[in-house]
Amino acid sequence: MTDAAASTAIEHHHADAEGARLGMWLFLLSEIFLFGGLFLVYSVYRFKNPADFHAGAAEMSRFLGTLNTVVLLTSSLTMALSIAAIQRANRSLSSWMLGFTIALSLVFLVNKYFEWTAHIGRGIYPNSHYLLSQPKGTILFFGLYYTMTGLHGVHVLVGALVLTVMLVLVRKRVVDSKSYVLLENSGLYWHLVDIIWIFLFPLFYLIT
Amino acid sequence: MTEGGASAGVHSGASFLDEKGRRTGIFAWILSSDHKRIGILYLFSVLTFFFAGIVLGFVMRLKMLVAGPGIISAQTYNELFTFHGVIMIFLVVIPAVPTIFGNFFLPLHIGARDVSFPVLNLMSWYLYITGAVLALVSLVTGGGGIDTGWTFYAPYSLRTHANVPLAVFAVFILGMSSVLTGLNFITTTHRLRAPGMTWFRMPLFVWGVYATAWVQVIATPVIAITLVLVLIERIFGVGVFDPAKGGDPILYQHLFWIYSHPAVYIMILPAMGVISEIIPVFSRRNIFGYKAVAFSSMAIASVGSLVWGHHMFVSGESYTANWIFSLFTFLVAIPSAIKVFNWLATMYGGSIRLEAPMLYALAFIFLFSIGGLTGVIQGSLAANVHLHDTYWIVGHFHYVIFGGMGFGMFGAMHYWFPKMFGRMYNKRLAPWAFVLELVGFNVFYFALLVLGWQGMPRRYYDYLPEFHALQVVATVGSWVLVAGLALMFANLLHSVFKGPKAPANPWGGSTLEWQVSSPPPTENFEKIPVITQGPYHFEEAGQV
Repeated sequence: MTDAAASTAIEHHHADAEGARLGMWLFLLSEIFLFGGLFLVYSVYRFKNPADFHAGAAEMSRFLGTLNTVVLLTSSLTMALSIAAIQRANRSLSSWMLGFTIALSLVFLVNKYFEWTAHIGRGIYPNSHYLLSQPKGTILFFGLYYTMTGLHGVHVLVGALVLTVMLVLVRKRVVDSKSYVLLENSGLYWHLVDIIWIFLFPLFYLIT
Repeated sequence: MTEGGASAGVHSGASFLDEKGRRTGIFAWILSSDHKRIGILYLFSVLTFFFAGIVLGFVMRLKMLVAGPGIISAQTYNELFTFHGVIMIFLVVIPAVPTIFGNFFLPLHIGARDVSFPVLNLMSWYLYITGAVLALVSLVTGGGGIDTGWTFYAPYSLRTHANVPLAVFAVFILGMSSVLTGLNFITTTHRLRAPGMTWFRMPLFVWGVYATAWVQVIATPVIAITLVLVLIERIFGVGVFDPAKGGDPILYQHLFWIYSHPAVYIMILPAMGVISEIIPVFSRRNIFGYKAVAFSSMAIASVGSLVWGHHMFVSGESYTANWIFSLFTFLVAIPSAIKVFNWLATMYGGSIRLEAPMLYALAFIFLFSIGGLTGVIQGSLAANVHLHDTYWIVGHFHYVIFGGMGFGMFGAMHYWFPKMFGRMYNKRLAPWAFVLELVGFNVFYFALLVLGWQGMPRRYYDYLPEFHALQVVATVGSWVLVAGLALMFANLLHSVFKGPKAPANPWGGSTLEWQVSSPPPTENFEKIPVITQGPYHFEEAGQV
């Protein structure tokens, strides 16, 4: 970087898009280590109880899991399109794409709600009589299932709220084709939420 | 004077202390996003909790004057060492140097006007205060005070009636504050260095804070999720750490120490950065082996992240895991020793001035060396079986953290005092406070090392008659130590308001913060300086 460019970045550091992006990547790194702890716990218990974990995964609805995977992947696409649109100064397309992304996130959560309700209806939830009568590996599998998909669900919810704020900012022209790092960073967060699901899906649905 | 500094110049702009902004009174402080004001906010909040921690430790030590029932009950003793640990670790030692001095001096050191995200920086302080208040509330609410020890080990933390859920939630919030501070400092160091401020022209304090920031961002989330698991466990009974449901308490210990061992380096690295600033200035010598000192910070941060298993040598770990963790524990001593030898080589042939900051820096080297070497002893597998969970560990830990980080922080407080407040402390009293602290400290904690070697277990309320003499010695040491601390803080606090005015550069320092007025103007630099040389240049300028 030339000195001139460097000093501009310093004098106007409040608008330092590169810095904002770096900060976001660091935040995502911390999120990865947050979920990393859970993946570590999962690995240890699966290693100790492979048969129970496979049996537990057989209880999952592979259809709903796949559907949710498709929903989230599609939402990542619409998210990326929204950013591409704002870069090309197409505000209305960007807003529409953001709207789709938010809608898909809600579809995901509704799906998740039905999934959880179905399990709870069958008596599978932490500390339930049915679950405590099961082998220890099964208790751990469902404990981790609720913990990990629950924490992921919280992230989806937070993501949906962030994207709603972004929709407002795009409508109000705070985010536009010249200054869109906020939208970009929200997109990065959304992709992370998506990627974490990509790992949760096989670990809980496909290991039978 | 530096060429870089010359272009910034000492100017008479309003200091950040006197700045008249839109807000007045306390709001001019608690709503300010100025990194210097936030640094001062942290200074006073961290020190408040430090006093609380000192009082708790003092009462515990007082109890140990006699064996058996004394001034407090056994249950109260359990609660006291928990409170002391939680407050000192999470509210004082982890945040202290980065949040107080990192906030204040990182932007000044690299020639920036502020950190990358000033508002986020203020939010981190609010998270810190929120976490601190919740932690204090949790200690005394619920079914009695928390008695788990600061480590919240499962399965006891899942069973005790104390308010563990609120406590772990509070630590979670404090962790968020720590992550956001780390993220802010990394981005600031990458993005806001002044023109010509290359990586190897940064003051070594910046390297210390930068290495720490990485550990904060990477390690803190692991304890955050671990404590969330304890919280979920307490509320829903998921079973992740509960052996009755297949959970594994040893796994809790692993997850806890994956963060909490690197946290020791979060504590010590910035203090090492402080020492690397003080020693060149008071020896009138350029730092010996700049790159070795800078890289050893990064080496300590990375190797230190791979040693957590040495806390579980006797908890049930495979022999392979044990000897690997033991090996890494030995290895981390190497970059630490590199620093110590470089500091000594810097002083060699210098013209040393024994002002208070230098006294604390020298004490740091002495105490940290004892702390580090005792760490190597207990890191060997055979010795660990004997030393685990004894006073030896407590002695070792306090030598590293109090003797290292604590004395480093005291050094920073004296070194940067004139810059932060524009006044000088009482130079006649400061060495006396130092001597009391040094003597009291060693009498106190060396007695603990010996007691531990003889077999006195930690966290015990009672002891056998043969330990009585040294218990008394340790308690008397604690009185001398506390007297020294009281004198030091009285001196500093009095001088904040009544000390004589300090010039811009009372120590003849060569880093950028000394090139602006004391206290610094709100915008730090009238014009962003252009840097043309490294941070330490005493020999070239003929100042030896």
